[in-house]
Amino acid sequence: MDGLSKTIGGGGPSVPAGSHPAGGSQAAAGGGATQRTQYPYVTGTSVIALKYKDGVIMACDTGASYGSTLRYKSVERIKAVGKHSIIGASGEYSDFQEILRYLDELTLSDHMWDDGNSLGPKEIHSYLTRVMYNRRNKFDPLWNSLVLGGVKKGPKGDEKYLGMVNMIGTHFEENHVATGFGNHLAIPILRAEWREDMTFEEAVKLVEKCLLVLLYRDRSSINKFQIAKITTEGSTIYPPYSLKTYWGFTHFENPAQGAVGSW
Amino acid sequence: MFRNQYDTDVTTWSPQGRLFQVEYAMEAVKQGSACVGLCSRTHAVLAAVNKPASELSSYQRKVFRVAEHAGVALAGLTADGRVLSRFLRNECINHSFVYEAPLPISRLALKLADKAQVCTQRSWKRPYGVGLLVAGLDESGAHLYYNCPSGNYFEYQAFAIGSRSQAAKTFLERRFQGYKDYTPEQLIKDALSAIKETLQGEKLSSSNCTVAIVGRKDDGTIEPFEMIGAARIQELIDSMEVAEEAPVEASSSMQEEERGSEDAAAPMDI
Repeated sequence: MDGLSKTIGGGGPSVPAGSHPAGGSQAAAGGGATQRTQYPYVTGTSVIALKYKDGVIMACDTGASYGSTLRYKSVERIKAVGKHSIIGASGEYSDFQEILRYLDELTLSDHMWDDGNSLGPKEIHSYLTRVMYNRRNKFDPLWNSLVLGGVKKGPKGDEKYLGMVNMIGTHFEENHVATGFGNHLAIPILRAEWREDMTFEEAVKLVEKCLLVLLYRDRSSINKFQIAKITTEGSTIYPPYSLKTYWGFTHFENPAQGAVGSW
Repeated sequence: MFRNQYDTDVTTWSPQGRLFQVEYAMEAVKQGSACVGLCSRTHAVLAAVNKPASELSSYQRKVFRVAEHAGVALAGLTADGRVLSRFLRNECINHSFVYEAPLPISRLALKLADKAQVCTQRSWKRPYGVGLLVAGLDESGAHLYYNCPSGNYFEYQAFAIGSRSQAAKTFLERRFQGYKDYTPEQLIKDALSAIKETLQGEKLSSSNCTVAIVGRKDDGTIEPFEMIGAARIQELIDSMEVAEEAPVEASSSMQEEERGSEDAAAPMDI
């Protein structure tokens, strides 16, 4: 409870006593006007992740947009959390940095118990779910979709875990997940081609296929990607690299040709 | 005339470096009826003597379920014990709300010990007058802790607290080495035998004891903390009595008992 009470109970901007939780309009009357995240500013695009034979693989590009401007080209949107998990985030980058601070505090205090117990991916995911839902209930959401993957030893042997939480607290577990545009463009590919017993090499191939589709179709993605994996051995975040692209497809030459719209 | 000058509040040290009020609270644990706890790699068992306050009254509950994976048995002021078991329930439910996972037993015992410690360092507070055996299951298997009013806590393989618990401790000290690999039934039987040692003149039956168990099955699923039914307890008591009929067993155990009682008291009895 330690970490969470600090995160959502105590500090941070709170609703002034007596004011309506939904209101920005009457906040001035109380004198304690609160500012909430009304819109995201610097955002990262899709994250995709899937379980494979030995663990979980996660990937995203390293871009961050300022509105629709591709403003930053090398930000890390996948990080390790404790010993057994990795987290990937799309959405507001500053909110992700705040979440990372919460998680640092959480894993540090967990480590400081020094009793051999440690939070696994399932616990971290559940914690994030509470934080995200709590913040949305304060009408001050953390503007992210988070992907959490990990492997931890359980009573029935090594257990792989992959889950997602979004800015309103909706959460679920799946064998493969994708956020943002990836939810539309990568999920159909993953549904068709994902297998439980994929090797790491096969998983990388599948992930790259999804990333390439996203690169072609998602205007806010860039050609600089990062792949990370988590296994029983721990997490590895690989250095960024680019994929080979081919823009000579006839459909790319006149993209509006097949799209007959009413305007 | 020669009244103890150093025992009027908890925060006053005696020149010998003792805190009398805390020591008095430790004494309260010994007044309550006995409780025992023991655990194997996978299971933990708690047992308590049910002693009615008077002929006409019922007994007070001494074993409480804290969560699916943990429970406590207490000796001393049962009223204080109920407050503490409510605290433990709160901690467990908060942890499972946030993390959707059970609170590890070592952390549960530590939170309880921290709470008890505060009462030994504030002039306007009084230490809890209750000792708790905290038993439960976590990732690393079954655990048993003893939490005392001084804020100390210890992990045990097997332990007994309350009135005449020395007899039960002697029994357990003789046998605890095998407990790691005991089956749940063997644990329950030893818990009953230990409880029996603490009874004075009374006969052990399902009506004067409570036994509870928690553990993990072979398939990895949890066997939730649960009081064992009176019928099952009576069955086990009866089967133990049959075994005791054998004269060899009886004489050897009596000899060992004499030897065992010379052993020094467990460290927290100071």
